[in-house]
Amino acid sequence: MASSLATPEASTAAPAREGYWQHLRYIMAENPLTGISFAMFIGLIIMALFGPYLVPFDPVATGAGPALMPPSPAHWFGTDHLGRDVFSRVVVATRLDLMISVSAVALSFVFGSVIGSLSGYFGGWTDRIAGRLMDTIMAFPLFVLAMGIVAAAGNSVENIVYATAIINLPFYARMARAEVSIRRNAGFVQAARLSGNSELRVLFGHIFPNTLPPIMVQISLNMGWAILNAAGLSFIGLGVQPPTPEWGIMVAEGANFIISGEWWLVVFPGMALMLAVFTFNLIGDGLRDLVDPQRRT
Amino acid sequence: MNVPLLDVQRLSVDFNTRKGVIRAIDSVSLSVAKGETLGIVGESGSGKSVTSYAVMKILDRAGKITSGKIIYGGMALQKIPESDMRDIRGREISMIFQNPRAALNPIRKIGQQVADVLIQHNQATRAEARGKAIEMLQAVKIADAEKRFDAYPFELSGGMCQRVVIAIALACKPQLLIADEPTTGLDVTTQKAVMDLIVELTARFNMSTILITHDLGLAAAYCDRLMVMEKGRVVEQNPSTVLFQSPQKEYTRQLLQATPRRDSNVRDLLPKELLDKTDPLPESSPPGPPLLTVSHLKKSFGKPGSENHHLAVRDLSFSIRQGESLGLVGESGCGKSTTSAMVMRLLDTTEGQIEFLGEDIARIPASQFSSHPLRGKLQMVFQDPTDSLNPRWSAERSIEDPLIHLAKDLGKAERKARVLELASLVGLPHNLLGRYPHQLSGGQKARVGIARAVALNPQLLILDEPTAALDVSVQAVVLNLLEDLKHQLGMSYLFISHDLNVVRLLCDRIIVMQKGQIVEEGNARLIMDQPKTDYTQSLLAAIPHPPTGEISTA
Amino acid sequence: MALGVKSRRVLARLLQAVPTIFGILVVCFLLTRALPGDPAAYFAGDMADEASIEQVRKNLGLDQPMPMQFVTYVGDLLQGDLGVAISTGQTVAQELAKRLPASLELTLAALLLSLVIAIPLGVLAATRPNSWVDHLCRFLVTAGVSLPTFFTGLALLYVFYYLLGWAPPPMGRLDMMFLAPETVTGFYTIDSLIAGDWALFKASLAQMALPVITLALFTLAPIARMTRAAMLQTLASDYVRTARAAGLSSRRVLIDYAFRNALLPVVTTLGMVFSFVLGANVLVEKVFAWPGIGSFAVEALVVSDYAAVQGFVLSMALLFVSLNLLIDLIYTLIDPRVSEEE
Repeated sequence: MASSLATPEASTAAPAREGYWQHLRYIMAENPLTGISFAMFIGLIIMALFGPYLVPFDPVATGAGPALMPPSPAHWFGTDHLGRDVFSRVVVATRLDLMISVSAVALSFVFGSVIGSLSGYFGGWTDRIAGRLMDTIMAFPLFVLAMGIVAAAGNSVENIVYATAIINLPFYARMARAEVSIRRNAGFVQAARLSGNSELRVLFGHIFPNTLPPIMVQISLNMGWAILNAAGLSFIGLGVQPPTPEWGIMVAEGANFIISGEWWLVVFPGMALMLAVFTFNLIGDGLRDLVDPQRRT
Repeated sequence: MNVPLLDVQRLSVDFNTRKGVIRAIDSVSLSVAKGETLGIVGESGSGKSVTSYAVMKILDRAGKITSGKIIYGGMALQKIPESDMRDIRGREISMIFQNPRAALNPIRKIGQQVADVLIQHNQATRAEARGKAIEMLQAVKIADAEKRFDAYPFELSGGMCQRVVIAIALACKPQLLIADEPTTGLDVTTQKAVMDLIVELTARFNMSTILITHDLGLAAAYCDRLMVMEKGRVVEQNPSTVLFQSPQKEYTRQLLQATPRRDSNVRDLLPKELLDKTDPLPESSPPGPPLLTVSHLKKSFGKPGSENHHLAVRDLSFSIRQGESLGLVGESGCGKSTTSAMVMRLLDTTEGQIEFLGEDIARIPASQFSSHPLRGKLQMVFQDPTDSLNPRWSAERSIEDPLIHLAKDLGKAERKARVLELASLVGLPHNLLGRYPHQLSGGQKARVGIARAVALNPQLLILDEPTAALDVSVQAVVLNLLEDLKHQLGMSYLFISHDLNVVRLLCDRIIVMQKGQIVEEGNARLIMDQPKTDYTQSLLAAIPHPPTGEISTA
Repeated sequence: MALGVKSRRVLARLLQAVPTIFGILVVCFLLTRALPGDPAAYFAGDMADEASIEQVRKNLGLDQPMPMQFVTYVGDLLQGDLGVAISTGQTVAQELAKRLPASLELTLAALLLSLVIAIPLGVLAATRPNSWVDHLCRFLVTAGVSLPTFFTGLALLYVFYYLLGWAPPPMGRLDMMFLAPETVTGFYTIDSLIAGDWALFKASLAQMALPVITLALFTLAPIARMTRAAMLQTLASDYVRTARAAGLSSRRVLIDYAFRNALLPVVTTLGMVFSFVLGANVLVEKVFAWPGIGSFAVEALVVSDYAAVQGFVLSMALLFVSLNLLIDLIYTLIDPRVSEEE
């Protein structure tokens, strides 16, 4: 090349590539809660994976100790009205509670974001039909709709998963639709068309990966909500049946004893539930900082 | 003249950012005399806006005045409390901003927004505020002001909104007006109307003005004195005529040179040390046979007969020969972008033929053209280099993309070699190929975009305002690069722009469009010198020009 | 003239509710047909033989094609026929009507309480970033959405009823010692005031306090979060900068420029908040034995009383749609930009 235009303008040297981990560390330092929440998240995973092998008592065995014993060195969280060990039950319940919410969120993420992406990208009839469908779901108070679905489809854990997935579907669909449609005519998308990408490849190869960061935030915040929702359903007697250990049902069983002062039946499963939801919400907030520092709220 | 109205001495402002404290302006001194117009000129990041925000003391929370004095009419503004400062804002010093639509409260009636200021500064009681606000709206030449008092910003055009912003700023007859890029984003004819209005009103009220702009031509046309800023520092301060004829500093000279004039050619824009290393412009060869012939092209949006039905392009015919550059010029909404999208096969036509290399490509639906053999021959460089790169892809991946899909016979190693070749061609250092868009400068991103566009050896390249988002110094380099590539690769260009001065640099022939139709077509030189239609004349008259002639070397 | 435009917008918005309601009816209809097993066998009872099941199928119109069944279903609904509740023997419509005021009183009081606290909190937090108000707001927001309502309710009960003895026992809307006031609005607090019975008012308020606080803690979070976010955004907007550059007083900038604009997204969020509160209501009613439609539904679920549950789902959906409609109408009136064709 003879032309020296091949040398770039010297004055504007771009910053060196910033390490991802460095950025992550910065976020952690800025907001220590995010660091704590990641630690709690790992704790939850360990409890879900290895809980049943770690606990001192069989979670469904009655008479592990005397009934209604307050917390003691032998029974850290006390015992319930059937003499079952509350600590063992709380730990073992983690797996079921997380399983329900993870599968529900995964289902709604997959279906919701595909529906939303298609309707955001193609518009027209696809958009109108999908939009009408989502509007109809959103026309119900969501928890009430979940109650209705489980009541009609049958009282089982799978149906709790489906119901939770259905009521979360619109969030993903709407979000994906919005994120796709703002990028539909972006320069890089036009450029992708000019580079010979087919329409579907433009959508799923170029646009969709760019919508993932905000959707990840949504997933994390949504996980907490899905856990609450599933626990709420079992609290009113839907889905999980006794004696299966599950946080919602444990709180429901303990509710009768709160007015006579046996607080540990409610407080420990309730706290576990709260901490799990709190963890996902904090991670969601932390991810939001990571993904989009401007939109911090 | 001896006591200036505003006297800023050694002012420094720091910003707290995630990357630590950054000095936004460093020891800036300036003064404005009564009735004078001072222009502050600089490229993006030069600190020109921060200077004015600091004077008004409306920096956002992250910004702090660390040292220096701001003396206004004998008062030291940096010391006075916020409550006193509030009385000064709007009454003594006012400010207007770019992006006028966003600068107005979207859910408050525009007249009410003018009245708010009048009431605040005790210029009117609640009862008389409406009348006085209407007077002010009339002063900024808003037709039917009485009725428009009750309008909301979304009901007005951008130019109208800027008039309302001016009415708010001037309602209390302040002594000093700071105009921060007041016409950026507006069409040239609107720009001229707004600037003339500001000049007229500030003269009538005997006000001083600070005009902040990136556009040297605009500054030259309206300012008595100019101050050039770079990276938070003052480079040079001189009366306009002096600055333009004999700039004292190298940076000023480069800036002046990079600003297109009526008589400059594309090489003139380059700074001397770059020019010395650059080959002279190649002789332009006579254009070959027609490459693209567009006939009776039409595009309408909305359902026919419905309220929002409109014709964006009505009956357009033109042709481009091989090796020729055609400029398509017009103001926003004239249909030039719609036209380019149709020619580029990103948008379906309503009617008409687009004959490219002997085939009517208008028949092929836009959604299927991506796999057409002609796709690679017809490429485009986009307006915003940032927006046109996939944020999750490295520069290398972006350049490689068209090769993957449209040059299927290339093996992986050959593709990589071709990417390196392309990077050299557009002057992108190979070590930058692994970087992501946010790690590249504007000029570098523009180079990536160009490399991608020429990857498949296209015959026709559409340039859609390729330098509109770039600083003038970068624009100069990119324009030269495009000119050289055209000769090297034997391409034809369709150059779309609102800026006649820029189009003229690259194009032999120009089409002027208005409301979806061609109003004038012909040789670039001829159109610039002897426009035939009123519209082209008004367009040309509206462009502020820096003074022509040689810039003396200091 | 301006009024003409506005009323046209209101009318247009009302018309938009029609397809939504149609959608709700379709879903509710599908839910009634999704009963596990054969609905005819279910309604015929455990003792029924083939013939009587067939008879029930005919009586219920289950042998008809689906679209016909839907028409019959909607026809029944229009006459207010939601079926009979097994547990009480009364019609579902009657049961719901009787219990609705209790639920509404609880829900509306909680919404009011959370709005009164959350909006000022969000505004204060946004105007003083990183102050203690801001930190409090952020804490409440994150904690609030993490708390399961049924758990908060039980925890409050333990502290304020069992430990401190401040709250009455969780036994519904009124202590046994009192008789319900004469029904005017159906809201005990308001009706007792109308009747001029101060002691009754205090008693009903005392019963309401804990459930209302429980619900409000839950709805506080999304409202405060949105208010804070919206205020931060409007405070950073160009028009607020213009207003400040024009020297407007901070009060005016805050209220007429920042807050009024920030209110728009907050009003939009309220739709979501209604959805949450109506769901959480069910749980809170169960915890406090509140005789509303939520606890009615929970009881019905226990005994597999499908007609009652479906009636509950439908009425909740209709309630939600009307609340949303109200919100949209308010929005239409405060935002001049809502165009007519939308």
